[in-house]
Amino acid sequence: MPLIRLLRPSLSRLLFAALALAFVHLATQPALAGPYEDAVAQFAAGSFADTEEAIGKLVASAHPRAATIIVALQDGRLFADPDAKTVFIKAEDGKVTDAATGDAVAALPDKASAVRLNNKLRRAVSGAMAGLTLLSPDLNKRIQAAQSVFKTHDETVLPTVEAALKAEKNAAAKQAFAEARAAILLFKQDASDVDKLDAIAVIKARGDQEAMALLTGVPAGQSAAVTSGIASAKAAIERNLALWSMVQNAWYGLSLGSVLLLAAIGLAITFGVMGVINMAHGEMVMLGAYTTFVVQEAIRTRYPALFDYSLLIAVPLAFLVAGAIGVLIERSVIRFLYGRPLETLLATWGLSLIQQQAVRTLFGPTNREVGNPSWMSGAFELGQITITYNRLWILCFTLAVFAILLAMLRYTSLGLEMRAVTQNRRMAASMGIATSRVDALTFGLGSGIAGIAGVALSQIDNVSPNLGQSYIIDSFMVVVFGGVGNLWGTLVGAFSLGIANKFLEPVAGAVLGKIAILVLIILFIQKRPRGLFALKGRAVEA
Amino acid sequence: MTPHILTRSLNRSATVFLLVLAALGILLPLSNLLLPDGSFLHVPTYLISLFGKYVCYALLALSIDLIWGYCGILSLGHGAFFALGGYAMGMYLMRQIGTRGVYANPILPDFMVFLNYKELPWYWYGFDMFWFAALMVLIVPGLLAFCFGWLAFRSRVTGVYLSIITQAMTYALLLAFFRNDFGFGGNNGLTDFKDILGFNVQADGTRAALFVLSCLALGIGFLICRAVVTSKLGKVLIAIRDAESRTRFLGYRVESYKLFVFTLSACMAGVAGALYVPQVGIINPGEFAPGNSIEAVIWVAVGGRGTLVGAALGAIVVNYAKTVFTSGPLAPYWLFMLGALFVLVTLLLPKGIIGTFNAWWEGRKEKDEARDRAQRDSATAAAAESAAREDGVIERTMVKR
Amino acid sequence: MRIESKFQTSAPMSRRKWLAAAAGLAIGLSTFAPAKAADDTIKVGVLHSLSGTMAISETTLKDTVLFLIDEQNKKGGVLGKKLEAVVVDPASNWPLFAEKARELITKDKVSVVFGCWTSVSRKSVLPVFKELNSILFYPVQYEGEESERNVFYTGAAPNQQAIPAVDYLMKEEKVKRWVLAGTDYVYPRTTNKILEAYLKSKGVAQEDIMINYTPFGHSDWQTIVADIKKFGSAGKKTAVVSTINGDANVPFYKELGNQGIKATDIPVVAFSVGEEELAGIDTKPLLGHLAAWNYFQSIKDPENEKFIKAWQAYTKNPKRVTNDPMEAHVIGFNMWVKAVEKAGSVDPDKVIDALPGIKAPNLTGGVSEMLPNHHITKPVFIGEIKGDGQFDVVWKTPGLVPGDAWSKELDGSKDLIGDWVTLKCGNYNTVTKKCGGS
Repeated sequence: MPLIRLLRPSLSRLLFAALALAFVHLATQPALAGPYEDAVAQFAAGSFADTEEAIGKLVASAHPRAATIIVALQDGRLFADPDAKTVFIKAEDGKVTDAATGDAVAALPDKASAVRLNNKLRRAVSGAMAGLTLLSPDLNKRIQAAQSVFKTHDETVLPTVEAALKAEKNAAAKQAFAEARAAILLFKQDASDVDKLDAIAVIKARGDQEAMALLTGVPAGQSAAVTSGIASAKAAIERNLALWSMVQNAWYGLSLGSVLLLAAIGLAITFGVMGVINMAHGEMVMLGAYTTFVVQEAIRTRYPALFDYSLLIAVPLAFLVAGAIGVLIERSVIRFLYGRPLETLLATWGLSLIQQQAVRTLFGPTNREVGNPSWMSGAFELGQITITYNRLWILCFTLAVFAILLAMLRYTSLGLEMRAVTQNRRMAASMGIATSRVDALTFGLGSGIAGIAGVALSQIDNVSPNLGQSYIIDSFMVVVFGGVGNLWGTLVGAFSLGIANKFLEPVAGAVLGKIAILVLIILFIQKRPRGLFALKGRAVEA
Repeated sequence: MTPHILTRSLNRSATVFLLVLAALGILLPLSNLLLPDGSFLHVPTYLISLFGKYVCYALLALSIDLIWGYCGILSLGHGAFFALGGYAMGMYLMRQIGTRGVYANPILPDFMVFLNYKELPWYWYGFDMFWFAALMVLIVPGLLAFCFGWLAFRSRVTGVYLSIITQAMTYALLLAFFRNDFGFGGNNGLTDFKDILGFNVQADGTRAALFVLSCLALGIGFLICRAVVTSKLGKVLIAIRDAESRTRFLGYRVESYKLFVFTLSACMAGVAGALYVPQVGIINPGEFAPGNSIEAVIWVAVGGRGTLVGAALGAIVVNYAKTVFTSGPLAPYWLFMLGALFVLVTLLLPKGIIGTFNAWWEGRKEKDEARDRAQRDSATAAAAESAAREDGVIERTMVKR
Repeated sequence: MRIESKFQTSAPMSRRKWLAAAAGLAIGLSTFAPAKAADDTIKVGVLHSLSGTMAISETTLKDTVLFLIDEQNKKGGVLGKKLEAVVVDPASNWPLFAEKARELITKDKVSVVFGCWTSVSRKSVLPVFKELNSILFYPVQYEGEESERNVFYTGAAPNQQAIPAVDYLMKEEKVKRWVLAGTDYVYPRTTNKILEAYLKSKGVAQEDIMINYTPFGHSDWQTIVADIKKFGSAGKKTAVVSTINGDANVPFYKELGNQGIKATDIPVVAFSVGEEELAGIDTKPLLGHLAAWNYFQSIKDPENEKFIKAWQAYTKNPKRVTNDPMEAHVIGFNMWVKAVEKAGSVDPDKVIDALPGIKAPNLTGGVSEMLPNHHITKPVFIGEIKGDGQFDVVWKTPGLVPGDAWSKELDGSKDLIGDWVTLKCGNYNTVTKKCGGS
């Protein structure tokens, strides 16, 4: 098929021009019979090559319905019946129309299936759609379209871009159009050096990764002035990016630190405050994650509208589930083992095995799907770095949990009792504090917080029976590094380990970076045998 | 001197332990090699290597008991020393393969050939000689333990902090050995061994010999431990365990004692690893996993901490349970049983199997003795009474009563 | 906090105590006594981890074998005897794999073993199968560089997965710049070595290849995804070839989706991500990312539809997915049944000799054949991830691809071939005309 082969590289360009044309002349152009119907029917042929050809023909026909069909194709709403060679559009509200004529149809035939796309077609279609929306009344669509043109720097749309630039009132959109125009000019063979140098200045001002990509991609054979202009612009952007990459590493470090803190904070209570070496801590995190799964599953089947609130519902439930199991464990096992910290290690290790296998038996050994609510999906750009919403929310959430916990220990009577029991159990008991009740509640609190951590971790990690194990060692490191028995130490420990890790990772690689961190912890403990913030006073000796 | 140490270290239970070990070490291989296949008493080869594996685990448990039970150092990273010893042996075995590897390279092991190594990394030199490898089995874990202990004990890192950094150590080694660039075969580790000292590792005779050697190593290790704990040194160790500061104030250099016993224990773990590798046929970074080290500590706790015999017994019991539970219809539930075993042992037998047994036995003996004494007393009383009656003083005693 | 507990040093033990202990040991020993092989059944060993880190992937395969045995018994078994499964749990512990393999062959007297997932587990049991002369069917795609008499490899060799995938990206997506991202273990290392050599032979420059390794279970992908983004913005079409191991994939894809890397910008083609792995993620942001396998559940074929229906009925779960290693077990199992029937016996030597040349239908409409190098012929499919967690096949090889035991791209193995029919050798050097090893 030599024709198609010829079509392929220029497909998006052609599509774009023709669709723009179709859009402008929507009302005036009369429908052409013949090629258009053929093109639509070809969508039913089934192969990607046919679909590609159909798009080409459809665009070439410049039919007023072409744009509608392409939009439907992009959204996966274009259906074809392979036997009858008929093609349908299913509107978002479920109404079915005949693609070629636009006439309403009662229902889709049984054999009809959605016309398939692959990446290449998807790219071509979306490129063309971007061109189509350069003049869209919707501001966001205009900006998106301009950004898409910036990437494709297709010179056939230069007049449209320039017209859009002139007509544009909005500053952000104007900027986007100016950048798109600069990109086109830079790649235009016959543009003057002055135009090109102006273009380089605009692109340099943009200063991000994509600007860099664009400048790198400029073909050789430019004039000396342009070549040196590009070189200096690239150097400037590189400096800028290097600076931003430091900021980015710091952000990544904070984000990793928040995950570590979240995982460790429950342990800081059970291990740090109570002295129980709780090897089942990771399993409490896992229980929290599975609670989230169950909540989401219930919401999906019963109240799909509530999905965005699923995490808010899961947080208190996870706290209750993990906390209750924590209290149960404390009452049934750990209370017999106080003063024998190493026996608690043994028993809780056994409990962790049991919990893992129980979850494996109940929920199966494979990963369970926990979705991100819409407010936790995606990212935004801050300067030259990308900040993903889920990481940002986890950071905020962690700090909130930390603050609440701190306030609880400081200002509530339970917090007071907990501190009293930790510092001097016998004295506390003689002051009338029910120490065993406090023990159970403290352990429940630590476990409950681990459960909450599980809700957050379900957003970034696997929800599987092995979830807990991957965090247990890191959590112990954080608590010990920060200093046992000190919540602030845990906070500082988590964030410093997170940031150190993220600054080492680009230099040494993920594996060596992690090894280096472990060695640093070992050496650090030699220097400060009781962690960053050591407890002082007689309590230490107990 | 030697006889003195021997008589001192060998109390009755130690002697019995050694005798049982010797009996097993001689009888099992003999039955395996000499008796015909169908015979009732024939022990299949697969059991020989299985028991060999248990014996190696027992030696590892013994080394942990020495430092934990008698010196209060809880190492959650002893698996690292075990694995390092294993790697040293594994490297020797790899070099012995020679041209019999799939790529028939006389010098480079297979994994190096397909990862495009041009020459042998320097740290692989010398491992073609058995004596060198055997030396390294002791030196590598010993040196690591010495350096680690020297740092940690001098800085007075104790208790949970020490446990956690030993865990960090084995975790760091785990990650390092997983790296293929490290030159130890990455995740696949070292495997497909052919011979050891010219004998085929898969031959029945070699397996039996390795089993005997493992028993021998366990016996010697046990004797060394007994010698240490019954000496004056052992008393100091126990003092350190029970009151470290007080011992220091009495003028003992606590760190030196700890360092010595920690290094000794690491060497023992290394030997256990070295004997383990040819019997199971593979050494892989998985042995460094912190979970493995924790499990080894649990064997000691199950058997009875600070009893030596208990540590060895615990290792065998737990691993035997694992073997049984992981087969058959119960296989999907074996973690429940293992977990429950750990919880129940901690709750119901806080002193471990041997510890509890001892306590029960002591109690019984005391009761026996008390009864004996009571009988003796009443007998004496009766005798005295009759004597007194004969003497005519009975009335007075009666009145007294 | 001081770790303290006062234990007594061991007290003397009496003879009576030791007698009791010895009796216990004797009882223990007796449970090891070899079970009598019942003559009316043929035993089939199942050696897949049911606990530990690999349970996530391997449990399904255990169920698959049990399902296949069940189906076969409904048809009357093999050679007039019923099949009986012997399931053990090697618990993702590699030495335990070797121990359990030995137990299955020596104690349970199984005729064949279906098992293993990771390369290291296969390497661990390999000496056992050689020594005791039994048969292992290994169902997972792997790095190749092996051809053993006692092992039959029903998963893909690198030339049946990695190379067609790269070809597809080069031809259809016009990819010029490559990120080879993998977990640091032998399968990704070897696959990436092979791919690197292959790409260079196709004229890709060194600076257009980025290789990255991460530890097992890596969960913080921020830096690496940012690096990929950066690498991909050099003005050339970029793709990621992912050999990232199962567990680490979910966080990786979540990060990709959140950082807005779309398949239309930088497609990711994965070799270890199938329907089971995708069941744990919301796949809508991943639309269009690719995977290369020899089987997809979504493939329309009557055999496949029949199998899926029976499987879902057997597991009593109408949503239960199927995947590539399961299909490998299906093919392997059917081949074994045919070989046993051809040999008229379950004797390992006879079955091993009967297997090469045996043909069994795969689930995608073709007929796979066991080759003399103990690998099989398979079709290769490239699928794009759909919003519902399934794959949409966008490309397939015209015919079946024979599996190469030894990669032609690696220096060490380019002259080697495996042939257990005429040469009776797994690593025959075609240049020196010698059989390596042993």
